[in-house]
Amino acid sequence: MNAIATVIAKRLGLGLLTLFIVSILIFFAVELLPGDMAEAVLGMGATEETTAALRERMGLDQPAPMRYLDWLGGAVRGDFGVSLVSGASVGEAIGQRLLNTLFLASYAAVIAVPFAIALGVVVALLRDTLFDRLANVLTLTSISSPEFFLGYILILYLSVRTGFFPAISSLTAGMGLGELLYRTFLPALTLVLVVTAHMMRMTRAAIINLLAEPYIEMARLKGAPPWKVIVHHALPNAWAPIINVVALNLAYLITGVVLVEVVFVYPGIGQLLVDAVAKRDFPIVQACCLIFAATFILLNLAADLGAILTNPRLRHPK
Amino acid sequence: MSPVLIGACLVLLGAAGVAFVRRRRLLCGALVLLVLAVAVTRGFGLPPDLAGLAIAAALLAVAAALSAGLKWSIVRFSGPAVAREFRTAPLTASFGILVILLYSTAALFAPWIAPHGEAEVISSSFAPPSSSLLLGADQLGRDIFSRIIYGARNSVGLALAATLLAFLLGAVSGLLAAIKGGIADQVLGRIADILMSVPALIFALLMLSIFGTGLLVIVLVIAVIYAPRVFRLTRAVAGNVVVMDYVEAARLRGEGDWYLIRREILPNAAAPLVAEFGLEFCFVFLLIAGLSFLGLGVQPPTADWGSMVRENATLISFGDMTPLIPAGAIALLTVSVNFVVDWMLLRSSGLKE
Repeated sequence: MNAIATVIAKRLGLGLLTLFIVSILIFFAVELLPGDMAEAVLGMGATEETTAALRERMGLDQPAPMRYLDWLGGAVRGDFGVSLVSGASVGEAIGQRLLNTLFLASYAAVIAVPFAIALGVVVALLRDTLFDRLANVLTLTSISSPEFFLGYILILYLSVRTGFFPAISSLTAGMGLGELLYRTFLPALTLVLVVTAHMMRMTRAAIINLLAEPYIEMARLKGAPPWKVIVHHALPNAWAPIINVVALNLAYLITGVVLVEVVFVYPGIGQLLVDAVAKRDFPIVQACCLIFAATFILLNLAADLGAILTNPRLRHPK
Repeated sequence: MSPVLIGACLVLLGAAGVAFVRRRRLLCGALVLLVLAVAVTRGFGLPPDLAGLAIAAALLAVAAALSAGLKWSIVRFSGPAVAREFRTAPLTASFGILVILLYSTAALFAPWIAPHGEAEVISSSFAPPSSSLLLGADQLGRDIFSRIIYGARNSVGLALAATLLAFLLGAVSGLLAAIKGGIADQVLGRIADILMSVPALIFALLMLSIFGTGLLVIVLVIAVIYAPRVFRLTRAVAGNVVVMDYVEAARLRGEGDWYLIRREILPNAAAPLVAEFGLEFCFVFLLIAGLSFLGLGVQPPTADWGSMVRENATLISFGDMTPLIPAGAIALLTVSVNFVVDWMLLRSSGLKE
């Protein structure tokens, strides 16, 4: 038990270190600006005095490492400074939108995960049949399509031509859960399609790898019924790859969510990021990037931890 | 019945005939049933939902026939080595090659194929399709068909340039890391870890917000984002080759690093690297399309598929599917490259699964 705790602590430490380095990367990337942030905001027509005033207001007269520590300290408490464009607090702008995005991502994940794993196992068991070939072509097509292609197809057929679902996810405060689920169905479905395809292919590969192992053949040869081969012999070893697949795909959702939010005008953090990039509103860009990167690192960490917990061999690294 | 539908039904009947000769009874029966169903519903004036299905199936049949024809002609008219490889190629792979050939033709000969100029305003905005405007006009009155043809050149060319640069960076550093080992290997590995711990799209957005959107910036940023992925693979593949006895023998002979890379490692690492290039291209292509769709990639008036979807997206709410065509063009190329890569991976691994 102690060994596991040490291994997990090590992984967590490593994850934290990665996050720290990434935060440095995100902060100092902006320092690469030709000139500095104040000049970038004010543009060509600025006088010396206004630039200097803005510099002081933004604390740019401090040395960069000091500003980094300030920024990181604020970020940990959810304070990301103020927007360069509107002057409003970045933390407040992000708050509700972050919840919306998390809602959309978990909505998609709750549908996609069980669906994809079940389908992946079925396809692995039926491999080299017509069904498997068809699933292969369909999932490959779905992976290869840009998210906006799938999104607009869904809008065209499920919204504009038939009117089943709203094309634009306008959310208002105090909506019931049912209404919320209905209004965000199309963006969630787009994400589900992409993520399911990825997850199915990975599950299929993992299960097929497993079924090729000698001990599975042994179990079959000694006459165990097929369900018992799967449940007793294959499944205990399948958890590690499946947990890995789920965590990696949830991490994949993060990137997918940005494009999908823009297609469906969904008030989430992805759209905020895209707007901020277009307006060069650096505090918002930095905050959103940090949040996305942190989630990504966390999910990858979860994948590692899941693999360690379900695989005894990894608990005692050499 | 419309001529398109009649043509589709004829193609389907032809495909059913081929299926019958090839003893695919089930497929043959399904195709005949589909044609009968379409004919019956049309005859009784029932709603035309089956018509779309019939046209889609006919398109599939035509695509399959064309791919089979391409495969046959490659086997027939090329040297024995190439012919042997292609004889076992699945239909999906030859379909992929067919599409890639079509796209390259469009990209290379765009000015001769496209009826109008890339940024030439020739009619009113959103003009409907006509004989001179095959797919109608976009929001500024430019010919959408011509812009899609030019898009093949711009979108694919940009993605290709970025992939090549990423590949060059990643493969060279991966090979060096494998040969040199030690500190250089460790440092490069850690840098790759850090760069890969930020999602690609997010990293690209951060960089574009700082450096602005220009073609050169996009190529450089994407190369930096994807180089670590190539580095990882090259390092792993080359790492397995470097420990071989024949590399050791070459070292003892006193050969330099460049010789080792060129004559000993690359020939043994080529197959996975070529497949990786295809995959990498797909990722880069989709990322650039995504950026352009967000308005942060290729800037107007350059014709680019991602931006075209964005510019014409309002048409969707009128039930018009024109904006889907450039998006579909992106998907089709990515699928095709994936098909070919799948085949190459299967071939190089020599496995059935």
